[in-house]
Amino acid sequence: MTGTIRMDSIFTSVLLHLPAPTAPVVAAVDWHSVLFLLFAGLACGFAIAVVAAENVVRMALYLVFSLAATAGLFFLAGADFLGAMQLMIYVGGTLVLLVFGVMLTAQAPLVSIKPSASDRALAGIAGAALLAVLLAAAVSVDAWRKPGVGEIPSPTATPLGMALVGVRVDDPPAGAPLTGRSGYMLPFEIVSVHLLVVLVGAAYLARAKRRKTPRAIDVLASSDPPSQGAVLAAAVPAVRTTSGAGGKSALLGGGH
Amino acid sequence: MGESILSGTVFAAGISVGPAILPGIFPLAPLLAFNPFTEPVGVIHYMIVGAVMFTAGVVCMALKRNALGVLMGIELVLNGANINFIAFSSPYLRGDGAPTLGLDGQLIALFVILLAAAEAAVALAITLNFYNNHATVDIDRADDLKG
Amino acid sequence: MAEFLIGFGLPGWLAWTVAALVAAVLLLNVIAGGALVFIWAERKIAARIQDRLGPTRTGGRFGWLQSLADGIKLLAKEDLMPEDADGLLFRMAPYVSFCASFCAFIALPFAFDVVGQRLNVGVFFVVAVLGLEVFGVILAGYASASKWSLFGAMREAAQVVSYEVPLGMCVVLPVMLAGTMDLVTIGEKQSGWFINWYLFHDPFTFVVFWVYVTCAVASVNRAPFDLAEAESELVAGFHTEYSGLRWSFFFMAEYGSMFLVSALAAVLFLGGWNGPIPVAQLLGLSDGTGDSAAYAVRLLGLANLLGKATLGVLLMMWIRWTLPRLRIDQVMTTCLKYCTPIAAVMFAGAMLWQLLLPGGLLPGFSRPAGEIREGWLEGPGGRPAGSAAGGQERVKEPLRGSQAQSAAEAGAGVDSGLATRSPR
Repeated sequence: MTGTIRMDSIFTSVLLHLPAPTAPVVAAVDWHSVLFLLFAGLACGFAIAVVAAENVVRMALYLVFSLAATAGLFFLAGADFLGAMQLMIYVGGTLVLLVFGVMLTAQAPLVSIKPSASDRALAGIAGAALLAVLLAAAVSVDAWRKPGVGEIPSPTATPLGMALVGVRVDDPPAGAPLTGRSGYMLPFEIVSVHLLVVLVGAAYLARAKRRKTPRAIDVLASSDPPSQGAVLAAAVPAVRTTSGAGGKSALLGGGH
Repeated sequence: MGESILSGTVFAAGISVGPAILPGIFPLAPLLAFNPFTEPVGVIHYMIVGAVMFTAGVVCMALKRNALGVLMGIELVLNGANINFIAFSSPYLRGDGAPTLGLDGQLIALFVILLAAAEAAVALAITLNFYNNHATVDIDRADDLKG
Repeated sequence: MAEFLIGFGLPGWLAWTVAALVAAVLLLNVIAGGALVFIWAERKIAARIQDRLGPTRTGGRFGWLQSLADGIKLLAKEDLMPEDADGLLFRMAPYVSFCASFCAFIALPFAFDVVGQRLNVGVFFVVAVLGLEVFGVILAGYASASKWSLFGAMREAAQVVSYEVPLGMCVVLPVMLAGTMDLVTIGEKQSGWFINWYLFHDPFTFVVFWVYVTCAVASVNRAPFDLAEAESELVAGFHTEYSGLRWSFFFMAEYGSMFLVSALAAVLFLGGWNGPIPVAQLLGLSDGTGDSAAYAVRLLGLANLLGKATLGVLLMMWIRWTLPRLRIDQVMTTCLKYCTPIAAVMFAGAMLWQLLLPGGLLPGFSRPAGEIREGWLEGPGGRPAGSAAGGQERVKEPLRGSQAQSAAEAGAGVDSGLATRSPR
């Protein structure tokens, strides 16, 4: 009832649980659960859409939506740093996938490479079986089926950073079976070196080559791209030559 | 697609639809009792999302002939696993003082994201090389080493 | 506001929902209204720089209703789509761009605690979401089935992904000085006289601010970095095939992003909502002196931040109409050979400055560096002590179940972790 602006608290209250009102006009809505359903539906729906789509650019777009919805799930679970990281690295990395999809499939014959019907049926059966096994395993443990009523998680950026340099400042989780938790300095260093190696390796692998194998020349000569394909095919090499540095840095952006 | 139908059913069953069509091997009572508008979610709901994403990723990897499609399947699989790590690390979702992974779960998820980025970089470079050599990204054409 | 509604007997969740919707509409209005004003300003500035008059008739003396008239014209325009276009992606692209630009506003504070959602990782979130705007551009370029569009989109992809690296390194400096990624705390740590702004913290931050300006202009695709829509080479780049309302969504996204990076610069380097002279402090206004005083402080802060962000946008316009466009290889060179190394060296320099001169160059005059580290190591038992933002004591209590109570009391602050409210 203060006259001040309190916009920040509004979203907080939406994201976190609201107390049941004493005299409800309508049944109290648990916004956490509603948002969870929204993000979960988006994540699952677009994940399935990735499988169902044929066009590689659309696949990449659906993947982006799925991963972004997953970032929303991370925020809801209280992993704020991980959520932002998911948005920056995972979704940003998929951006590069999207660009490659456009570049590599600009010729019309390659836009959709369809699997055969029998492959589809087999994959469907195998996928259904796998899903059944996973779900059966997931629901078979009673302790996992309790609704969550825990405390609001505290910010994670600082304790994560401290843990990465080898110091743990977070309280051990309630009832944790493990004692003597350690920092993650060594894995952090290993991952840093790993990323450097990957950067150098990817830049080496993807360096511009001028020669083409005879087979590639055959394929290119035999294909008969329609108008759009020809236009886009003309665009592709130009893009690659003008932004040779950009291609590398795109990988760098995905990995930094 | 078969798995999309099933997953849709199971997921919807968690919300409202009838239990009659579900096989008896799933003890889904708590999910069916879950009213999304008034009750808080728990770990199991995140696990279901993770399972659907994982399955979609595996099917994507197996089904797609486009090298980029296979890569996207890998991303989905890793992401599905990450969801589980996050869910088990969240004291909010476990509730009732149940043991959580705490910060370790988030740290592992963080490393998974980093390594996925590294993997994508190398795999894209390989795909680009493959395209340069074969003028296609159809992985069924990568049969040069076949005897 | 939600407390206000609860006062009328609305149930808590409904009140919060209404309040959230109002906040969302307010944020939307910041973008739409901002675009309206900035488009007019751009026309006038461009005209002045080119020795013209610009719009003079529509809406009175200065043509200040010109953008509104433009908007009506765009609404009435026919919505065209090329025959070969990928319909779904073509229709979706403007909205993807606009949503990314809009989402980044969620974590942007407009004054102390006037923020959609106070995130502990605010800076990171804003930069990450801002990078997603490029998706819409790439989709537009691909789906248009036009070579001009595709060229523009590919240039934009290479440019934005590259410029995220130096941009991130520039942003890290204030984060390091403040010891937190929370934008509200970063802004609040620069309170007082302008000497406390991170721009004047040390020579390295001063240099890195200009690197940030360069990268920000590049990452929102303004001239001289507007290769994606280079009208002398690519017709209109990625939005060649767009018209009417869809095109205006791209436009609004662009102006929203411009405002966003300017506001981010203001919060990170220019003291945010703290003016060069601490007027509110000199007048004795603070949160502690009553509701109306707190309201006045926030209003003043809002005016400060909007003024600084607008200055940033005007600076971008000035640059746009003054400098010629770069070539794509020059753009890449600027990023990879100049901005990135400079930002990296400045980062190392600022780190050393923190270590060697923890008291600042003029002890007692300028603010000592890095006095608080989010309170993580200072509170009892390693738990976060109350954040020192605003220099006020905070009452810590669990949010859940006590929200209504504390809201009714309206005297107790809540430190919930995900977001922090200021005490009254």
